Amino acid sequence: MTGAQIEIQLIAVAVAVACALPGVFLILRRIAMLSDAISHAVLFGIVIAFFVVEDLASPFLIIAATATGLLTVALVEILDRTKLVKEDSAIGLVFPVLFSIAVILVSRYAGNIHLDTDSVLLGELAFAPFDRFEIAGADVGPRALWLIGGILILNITVIVLFFKELKLVSFDPALASALGISPVVVHYLLMTQVSITAVGAFDAVGSILVVALMIAPPATAYLLTDDLRRMIVLSGLFGVMSALSGYWIAHWMDVSIAGCIASMSGFWFAVAFTLAPRRGLLAAAIRRRNQKKEFSVYMLLIHLFSHEGLPEAELECRMDHLTDHLAWSPNMAEKAVEEAVDRQLVVRDDQHLKLTKKGVDQARAAMVDWAPGGYVAS
Amino acid sequence: MQIVTSLFTDYTLRTVALGAGILGIVSGALGAFAVLRRQALLGDAISHTALPGIALAFLITGSRAAFGLMIGAAIAGWLGTLAVMAIISKSRIKQDSALGMVLAVLFGFGLVLMSFIQRLPEAGKAGLDKFLFGQASTMMTEDVVTMAVAGALALIVMALFWKEFKLLSFDQDFGASMGFPMRVIDILLITLLVVAIVIGLQSVGVVLMSAMVVAPAAAARQWTDRLGVMVVLAAIFGAFSGVCGAVLSSLSDRIPTGPAIVLCISAVVLLSMLFAPNRGLLYNRLRAARRRRDLSVEALLIDMLELARQHNDTGHPHSADTLRTMSYRPEGIDHSLQELRYHGWADLTVDGLWFLTGKGQTRATELLQNLGNKA
Repeated sequence: MTGAQIEIQLIAVAVAVACALPGVFLILRRIAMLSDAISHAVLFGIVIAFFVVEDLASPFLIIAATATGLLTVALVEILDRTKLVKEDSAIGLVFPVLFSIAVILVSRYAGNIHLDTDSVLLGELAFAPFDRFEIAGADVGPRALWLIGGILILNITVIVLFFKELKLVSFDPALASALGISPVVVHYLLMTQVSITAVGAFDAVGSILVVALMIAPPATAYLLTDDLRRMIVLSGLFGVMSALSGYWIAHWMDVSIAGCIASMSGFWFAVAFTLAPRRGLLAAAIRRRNQKKEFSVYMLLIHLFSHEGLPEAELECRMDHLTDHLAWSPNMAEKAVEEAVDRQLVVRDDQHLKLTKKGVDQARAAMVDWAPGGYVAS
Repeated sequence: MQIVTSLFTDYTLRTVALGAGILGIVSGALGAFAVLRRQALLGDAISHTALPGIALAFLITGSRAAFGLMIGAAIAGWLGTLAVMAIISKSRIKQDSALGMVLAVLFGFGLVLMSFIQRLPEAGKAGLDKFLFGQASTMMTEDVVTMAVAGALALIVMALFWKEFKLLSFDQDFGASMGFPMRVIDILLITLLVVAIVIGLQSVGVVLMSAMVVAPAAAARQWTDRLGVMVVLAAIFGAFSGVCGAVLSSLSDRIPTGPAIVLCISAVVLLSMLFAPNRGLLYNRLRAARRRRDLSVEALLIDMLELARQHNDTGHPHSADTLRTMSYRPEGIDHSLQELRYHGWADLTVDGLWFLTGKGQTRATELLQNLGNKA
């Protein structure tokens, strides 16, 4: 690995974690789409500020862009409050306007500078190491790394300091205001974080990766845990995994790094979506199958129990009768009986089925559990 | 004026304006349903996820013809939507997160494919990046024909399933209880929305296409409470801003078409929100002011009657200043007095004092009685 490669990966990892932290609260509060709106709208602030100071490296750009992010949130709220449009429409109305103005300004007046429309969305991490940060003439690393590193530290600090407030407002805003924690203040604190992060990450990785990294890793973590602290840590971890795996795939295939990182964040989500221990598709499928098996065994027990010892038992308590009476496929009947025999609940004598003592007990218990009012057939 | 004539004579401008107009009609009409169903941001997801579809279609067919790219975009957009729906129904992830994630991840994947295409020797720049912000000037007549046919089909299907879509938008549960297959209808409507979005990609671009779904409908909503009127209005607004934006952008090659169209439709939204009758902000402001005025006039009428009764003469005159001290809104007293005089409820004595006329006394008594009834 060359120095530049290490630097790119460091930047990617820092962006990923910096995005994942506020992202956790975005998805818990169901306002994930605001990250999409903010990350597009900050371009407006950057462009306007650029026309004023004419220096892309000026910290004024970051301040202006962050302010635009907050402006977007405020405008969405104002629109929402007129009751003329719903909140989702409000989001969909506000950011395209700001973004459109910015794109027109860029393509009309800033054609010759570094700020072009493609790099806005795509970002080019591969170039990040070329833009060096110097203190007193000494090269101390890429500028993007310092910027994003700073934002990462800021995000960690905010979350550590205001963990309780953020948690309370995310899960129970009414209780929060009753306890004197203003949900509005906390909301704007979070939005400031999202805006600053979007702005900082914007130059290096483009706005779309910001959205991917703010939502996908926290969503992945959300499938794996119910504990907020654990979710935050896992989100960071998935962010790092996306950044590193994305970087190396992009490196091997010689394609867009930001695009690959975004794709990989989706890939890790897909993995968790299918394989998560309790909430994954696979776990759910297995659980359903077990429930089905469990249920069919009990059906069998109750069926046998209600006919055993009666005149029709000879007819009812037979293998082939299950397919008629319970409308089971022969395959399913076979499986249910096999399971019941395995558990020593039923003895099977060719076609004939008989409950064991244990089987009778379980059938009786099952009917107490399931029957309304605990009615038991004697 | 020259622009208007060149709309009919200039080949490129005519093609572009036609294309943008068609996109406005179709996305406006179908967007109305999306907005009513609070799926405004679904358009954002569909248009972003179209990008990998466009890139893959280009890789497979090796051609930039609109038809192939549109098919690719449609399939990708449709799959993206199904992914969103699957994530919502099969996990605890909520709609906003599912939309944002699918949008960003698939767009990122699209960028990967685009950067791959740009390295291909035969592709050169392929011009696919025009799909990001739209470049209507690259549109050909056959592209417009493709768009028109696809758009017409989508609108015909919309008309055929009008009742079902209406049911879906306003009372899904009722529809299900009537035995309509609401899931199928849902997917059908989304498919139409995908078609509408795909039609617009070439002129507006994937990044801003969502605005063409939301904005015309949001503007139309302000003018009416009827679905049919809303759909037609949204289509008109969409077409109008499509043409305007296309013309604006053709004036200079440094204005991308997508943002130009978005600014036009956003202006329509702003005007609608301000000036639409019944719902518009200005109308509401006026109505509130009118109510306030009526109220202070009525209050003054009652004040005058009460005051005069203390003199055992219901026509007893008082100075405006005396009345002012009683008023809850003293600054409006002169205006209210003029209003009373206009109605013939009060008048001035020769000394410049105000008294209630017989008509005014009747009116004030009525008002007092009403108040008593309510209390």
